[in-house]
Amino acid sequence: MSPLQGCLLLSAALFSVGLVIALARSNAILVLLGIELMLNAANLNFIAFWRFHGGTAPATGVIFVLFAIAVAAAEAAVGLALVIALYRHQKNLRLQEATRLRG
Amino acid sequence: MTFTFLILAVIILGSALAAALRPNLIHCALLLVVSWLGVAGFYLWAGAEFVAFAQVLVYVGALSMVVLFAVLLTRQSRAELRVDAPETRRAVWAVIAGVAVSGVIGTAVFATKWDSAPVTAPEITVRGIGLELMGAHAAALLLLGVLLTAALLGAVVLAAPDRPEKEEKS
Amino acid sequence: MIFSATHLWMIPALPLLAAAIGSLTPRGGRKLAAGAAIAAMIGAFVLSCGALVTALAHPAVHGYANFAWFTLGNEVVRVGWLLDPLTAFMAVMVTFVGALIFIFSLGYMKEDRNFTRFFCFLSLFAAAMLGLLVANSLLLLFVCWELVGLASYLLIGFWFHKPAAAAAAKKAFLTTRIGDLGLLLGLLWLYHVRGTLLCYDGGAGVLEQGSLTALAGTTVAGGFALSTAIGLLIFCGAIGKSGQFPLHVWLPDAMEGPTPVSALIHAATMVAAGVFLVARVYPLMLADQALANVPVHALTVVAGIGAITALLGAAIAVAQNDIKRVLAFSTVSQLGYMMLALGVGSWVAAIFHLLMHAFFKALLFLGAGSVIHAAHHEQDVRRLGGLGRRMKATFATFAVGTMALAGVPFLFSGFWSKEAVLHAAHAWPVSSLPLLVGLAAVVLTAFYMTRLITGIFLGAPRTDAAGEAHENSAVMTGPLLILAACAIGLGFLGTPAWPWLQSNLGGVVVPSESIWEAPGLMLLSIGLVVVGLGTGWAVYGRRRNVNASSVDPLAQAAPGLFAVLAARLGFDEFYVATFGRANTWVAALADGFDRHVWGGLVSLLARFGEFSGLLNREADEDILNRGFDRASAAVRGAGQTYSRAQAGEAHGYLRTVALAFVVFALVLLLGGVR
Repeated sequence: MSPLQGCLLLSAALFSVGLVIALARSNAILVLLGIELMLNAANLNFIAFWRFHGGTAPATGVIFVLFAIAVAAAEAAVGLALVIALYRHQKNLRLQEATRLRG
Repeated sequence: MTFTFLILAVIILGSALAAALRPNLIHCALLLVVSWLGVAGFYLWAGAEFVAFAQVLVYVGALSMVVLFAVLLTRQSRAELRVDAPETRRAVWAVIAGVAVSGVIGTAVFATKWDSAPVTAPEITVRGIGLELMGAHAAALLLLGVLLTAALLGAVVLAAPDRPEKEEKS
Repeated sequence: MIFSATHLWMIPALPLLAAAIGSLTPRGGRKLAAGAAIAAMIGAFVLSCGALVTALAHPAVHGYANFAWFTLGNEVVRVGWLLDPLTAFMAVMVTFVGALIFIFSLGYMKEDRNFTRFFCFLSLFAAAMLGLLVANSLLLLFVCWELVGLASYLLIGFWFHKPAAAAAAKKAFLTTRIGDLGLLLGLLWLYHVRGTLLCYDGGAGVLEQGSLTALAGTTVAGGFALSTAIGLLIFCGAIGKSGQFPLHVWLPDAMEGPTPVSALIHAATMVAAGVFLVARVYPLMLADQALANVPVHALTVVAGIGAITALLGAAIAVAQNDIKRVLAFSTVSQLGYMMLALGVGSWVAAIFHLLMHAFFKALLFLGAGSVIHAAHHEQDVRRLGGLGRRMKATFATFAVGTMALAGVPFLFSGFWSKEAVLHAAHAWPVSSLPLLVGLAAVVLTAFYMTRLITGIFLGAPRTDAAGEAHENSAVMTGPLLILAACAIGLGFLGTPAWPWLQSNLGGVVVPSESIWEAPGLMLLSIGLVVVGLGTGWAVYGRRRNVNASSVDPLAQAAPGLFAVLAARLGFDEFYVATFGRANTWVAALADGFDRHVWGGLVSLLARFGEFSGLLNREADEDILNRGFDRASAAVRGAGQTYSRAQAGEAHGYLRTVALAFVVFALVLLLGGVR
């Protein structure tokens, strides 16, 4: 197994753990954190390809990850604000109870 | 495939898995911080020091604080830190989805033919990153600034309490 | 013994390890946390002794071991460890006094429920302090310096549920931060000019000859030499940390912390960090001495600040009633002495006094702690009294500490170190003011210490708490006895007849001289000590029939002066009235600017938008709306159809996404697309 494959497998596993957290836990904060883990897994892939796969532009992977981290920060800020709004609305954080938008 | 990598993988996955199972919300958040630190360690191992520092700053430094704040702001009593255990049906579906996704990606990884030639680590300096950001990606950087500002404003609007009528009179 | 600078990192690493262990120990693991802390301190003491032996083999050599910390662009930031007699003596003192205080804390903090946390913080503090001592890089020194500040914040505010303690911790942190800003600016400037912050680096370090010549040779605004400017900025940090005028206000308030903390931080070690810093960068401070046409020499400022502080602290201490506050102001005053000695050009005398002071002041603070512990946390001198009969060991050791601090001749260490400082001040060619100030402080010191000791230990008990007090266990009196022995014995390492400490500290052999060769100054200071003790005894020692509310004799004699001194010359009020109010004004100004200027601009724009919106609406309603109404009705119908799939549950959506991804990926894989 080459280093690249190892990294990709690690990333896949981390992604799945994030997915499981996001799907299984009912607390909105934990769902958000699961999504953050998935983002991290994606970033991990970028760095793995940047390091072990070569390419023409030497900085692209790093730049992409930096942007992704910045976007993730924005996403987390909005997400946690949503969590607080949710809490104010229904006095708990159980995501399965937030079904106001049911058609 | 080095020893360091294996240790990092164990830290990252182990703490994330533990976070998936712990009932206590604070424990989960702290375990995820450990996992993020592990990812930062991975970046260091891969030679992307700057990204590792950014990861530590943003995730371990800032995000963890925001998360802890959210936890503290949204709890009413000590008992609420102990969040409900996942419902069985949803948990089973979650594990099925997780295993399926990792299975598919894993298959794809092994099915793809990679260039087997070892690649030398790309040389990248902080100066290089700065020039790239300010040169080729300047527009994206500006947009990112706008995005962050918008996100900040959006977060303030979302989290601000609806002002009750009484306050405006007084 | 082979112990070179390369191994020096182990000294701070041991307490750091103990702090880590302490932080992970649950509240019940008292023995583990305390045992780790004390064992680490003793281990560090043994290592420090090894370092001392190595350093004394070649006292004039600065041994160092540098290494690259990290690379930033093309800049390699290098730090290192430094082993010279200054480091080694300080490390031995800190670890020895520290270990004794740790042991004392076992008894003092016995009933506190956060016992493990206390030892964790103590170890963290010791680690930071030792790191500061062994650093060869001013950057590393600064990092440890701030860690020391953090640890002191945590320890002063250890009983943070008391509002006074929380406020004192905040005050200490912010006040020292003002000085640290100066230190940081100085270091940045130095780095900008020299490109390195290593102290000694084979000729390239900032404290070596090449650098010093360059720094002294450059002139900056106001005619100052560059080395003066940087030296004074660095001295700002020392002012903050060592409680010098005008930033001394935090030190007495810091007495809100537990007494062992006061002993460790505010007597023996942390406040010594400022003096140590100036001694460490002494070559830099000295660099401008040869220049004739500069407005002021850096050391002259140091001497001036030290002299003011020495007199001020001693004068205020006369009128305080809290045991720990008296000792705190006496610390302020003694630190002033050390700065004075640095300023008049004898850093060896300053460090000598620092080392001796650390021992006897730790002794006094622990003695005070023993009294406070026995008298159920009563620390007001007026409400104690008569403890000498019931607490013999504490009384005896406290008396030894008092005599060392007052400078009772020949037998006590404080006498010899104070003599060294006064002789250095006498030899200073610039001005005789520091000498006069130092002599005045001698009288005041002897006076207020007599007042304190008679108030606590003699006479009759003035409250029930004092009447019921009894001697503490051996774990608390043991350290007192050891420190008392040190307060007597260690002074002989630096007598004029056998200046062993002075010779080894500076790396230059100081010729020994007979005490009686030039006895004038010594006789004068002995006379002043006698005057101070005698006046104190005459005023306080023979008072009978006093109770807790009777007025202090000094207050009867000079009520105005006493009140001003008791109010600590109004420094706190002055700062609140000036800096505090200025801050409020600036904030109000900024608020008004935001509210009216920017707010007005924004609302103007909003008015404009509102107006154009009004125009648009007129056009919309008539022309566009009809078409949109029809389209939106169709969309609504479609939406109703689709909305049945919207179960409204976020988990369900995410699960659908994940499973759909799996299906698509499987199609691609099985379809053979690579």
